[in-house]
Amino acid sequence: MTDTTEKAVVEVSTAAPVPAPASRRTRAWRGLTPWLFLIAPLALLITFTYAPIVNMLAYSFTDWDGVSPVLHYTGAANYEEVLTRPDLFEVFWVSGYYLAASAVQIVLALYFATVLSFDVRFRNFFKGVLFFPYLINGVAIGFVFLYFFQDGGTLDSVLGLFGAHTDHAWLGTPVSANTSLAGVSVWRYLGLNFVLFLGAIQSIPGELYEAAELDGANRWHQFRHIIAPGIKPVLTLTVILSISGSLSVFEIPYIMTGGATGTETFVIQTVNLAFRFNKTGLASAAAVVLLLIILLVTWVQRRLVPDDKVDLV
Amino acid sequence: MNRRTAVSLAVAASAALLLPGCTGTGGSAKGADAKAPDDPSKVTGTIKVLTVRTDLVQDGTLKKYAAEFNKTYPKVKVEFEGLTNYEAEVKIRMNTENYGDVLLIPAVIKKADYPRFFASLGTQTERAKKYRFTDYTTVDGKVYGQSPVGVAPGFVYNKRIWKQAGVTEWPTTPAEFIADLKAIKAKTDAIPYYTNFAAGWTLTSWTYVDGAVSCDPQATTELAEGDPWAKGADLRVGDTLLHDIVKQGLVEKDPTTSNWEESKPRTAKGEIATQWLGTWAIVQFRDAAKKAGADPDDIGFMPFPAQTGGRFCATVSPDYNQAVNVHSQHKEAARAWIDWFTDKSGYVEDNLSISPLKDAPMPSVLKPYEDQGVQLIEVDDAQGARVKQLDSDSEVGIYAPEYRQNLVDLARGARKGTLDGFLGDLSKRWTDAQKNLGS
Repeated sequence: MTDTTEKAVVEVSTAAPVPAPASRRTRAWRGLTPWLFLIAPLALLITFTYAPIVNMLAYSFTDWDGVSPVLHYTGAANYEEVLTRPDLFEVFWVSGYYLAASAVQIVLALYFATVLSFDVRFRNFFKGVLFFPYLINGVAIGFVFLYFFQDGGTLDSVLGLFGAHTDHAWLGTPVSANTSLAGVSVWRYLGLNFVLFLGAIQSIPGELYEAAELDGANRWHQFRHIIAPGIKPVLTLTVILSISGSLSVFEIPYIMTGGATGTETFVIQTVNLAFRFNKTGLASAAAVVLLLIILLVTWVQRRLVPDDKVDLV
Repeated sequence: MNRRTAVSLAVAASAALLLPGCTGTGGSAKGADAKAPDDPSKVTGTIKVLTVRTDLVQDGTLKKYAAEFNKTYPKVKVEFEGLTNYEAEVKIRMNTENYGDVLLIPAVIKKADYPRFFASLGTQTERAKKYRFTDYTTVDGKVYGQSPVGVAPGFVYNKRIWKQAGVTEWPTTPAEFIADLKAIKAKTDAIPYYTNFAAGWTLTSWTYVDGAVSCDPQATTELAEGDPWAKGADLRVGDTLLHDIVKQGLVEKDPTTSNWEESKPRTAKGEIATQWLGTWAIVQFRDAAKKAGADPDDIGFMPFPAQTGGRFCATVSPDYNQAVNVHSQHKEAARAWIDWFTDKSGYVEDNLSISPLKDAPMPSVLKPYEDQGVQLIEVDDAQGARVKQLDSDSEVGIYAPEYRQNLVDLARGARKGTLDGFLGDLSKRWTDAQKNLGS
């Protein structure tokens, strides 16, 4: 939106036949225009993202219970409690399942994006199929998969068609439950990664492939030497999103198991602290700590894999 | 630092200073009374009633009550708003002044804060003559809420299946109860006991064994001052029974994918034999029976398998208490609604519940209770606020599903540990919280 406006403004000014200096008013207008366009998104962003975060920061230094009119400033006591209670961090082991799942998810997404970037029959249909789950509401997905994993539910029926009668309680043990939930997460977010990769791959100029083909490169060589380096920035971004995503999993386990059977994640735990045990102050501190952890992980990762400018041509 | 950064930092800083001011302004008007109107025809105003019964809002039942109400109070317009996630939503709304005229007192509000949020309905001495449960909402001698129904916890069971298994007498000890469930498993196709693990809140009913096991009206005080999981304490007896039922495999095959809505018709049809719930569930199960084409009279209700002095015991406690918003513009109309709904609406009879009026008869579904001489006691709630505080501080969550879900997981081997270790940990956290809170 803002991009096009700026271009338009530039074109107008270069097209002016006489390079006379614009009057003060027009210049003021020109300076103001982008900001006018920005008002709506900025207002929304500030109201719904930054103001709540600032509010949360403020709460994290109080003992507020979420509803009482009285709250006291408690200094860093909440942070002290969060950081001195190892039981609060044990739930991060659960994130391991989702982290492993993200790795699978990225590999799959990359595979499908590469295959579908070439000329394949029904490619638009398959693109739709892969992206569709991402469009469904997370709560609906939770309920659908609750039936899917039910005893004698969809999964058991499908396996039964192939003659496998496992009689396995899919959400019955912590390992099985977390694996199942991570599987749902892969199903849901695969489409997003896929679309990001596909977009990046399609922005690689076509003549590179032609040149490569003339030089006798096969599909694997094309992937290894053209596609992989071409999409590196998007790949890094996806990895960052996956890591922060696996640290803050919420919807799927909250709807499907409510955190029972060892599927509790850090965010579910935070929500319970705030809304079940009325420790809004402590929960805010926990949320701030999660934010810091994610920022830290991202920073470390950017340090390890710097974002080089890629130049294919 | 360039100019732009400086400006944005200044904005952020001033926002940080201003925003906390948005919190907790709800309690400025402290202490107000919602007096009962003298002349019904003169009461005016539109009142909004918040409720958890979204089903009754949708099928128009509440509108019928309102129409009936208008016969006595013609100038009051009653509107209903059903909230599916009542506790969480109303909690947020109570940070403003705009939370309906009549609402249900959410569990999260501390008792001492009642005068900040609700208008008083009168003194306890006066109201206790007519109504049950006044001590649940009394602060400094004034009552702030009134539940339209009373509930007693108990097992909803399918009489036909229990009879088929050869059990005709209610079990009197947990061991007998388990033996009966085993008989059901052996002689019928029914699931002896259904945990409703996935829904979660259904499991919290097990907290209401408190008081029923030892027939002690001071059970809540015991919770506040003693160790609820000490040997022989009510909660330990209840939790041990639940643990043993699950451990002996007398429950559904996969509790993690159990389904509450389905469990109602299944119980009616005899696919499920027993569930620990409360009197509030009877009407739902009977309706489910009618819809499923089963006999509603198969749905039975029995007390916790424990006897004191040769008699069973059941506790009667209020459901959500209705209260008047202290900021309401039409307190008289709101008060009139609460009084009418509690005394005259017929809501109690429609829901086969125990009436909050002291002189009202027991509902017909509890006829077997009268026949068996089940003693109904009201638990003294003077220490209720302290129990809630301990519950939050210790993060045990006796009214939350996790603790029982963990217990079921432990019993079916999906969680490491022993029952003694599990209950020991709970009592350690509880008694530690007691020490921190002082007395």
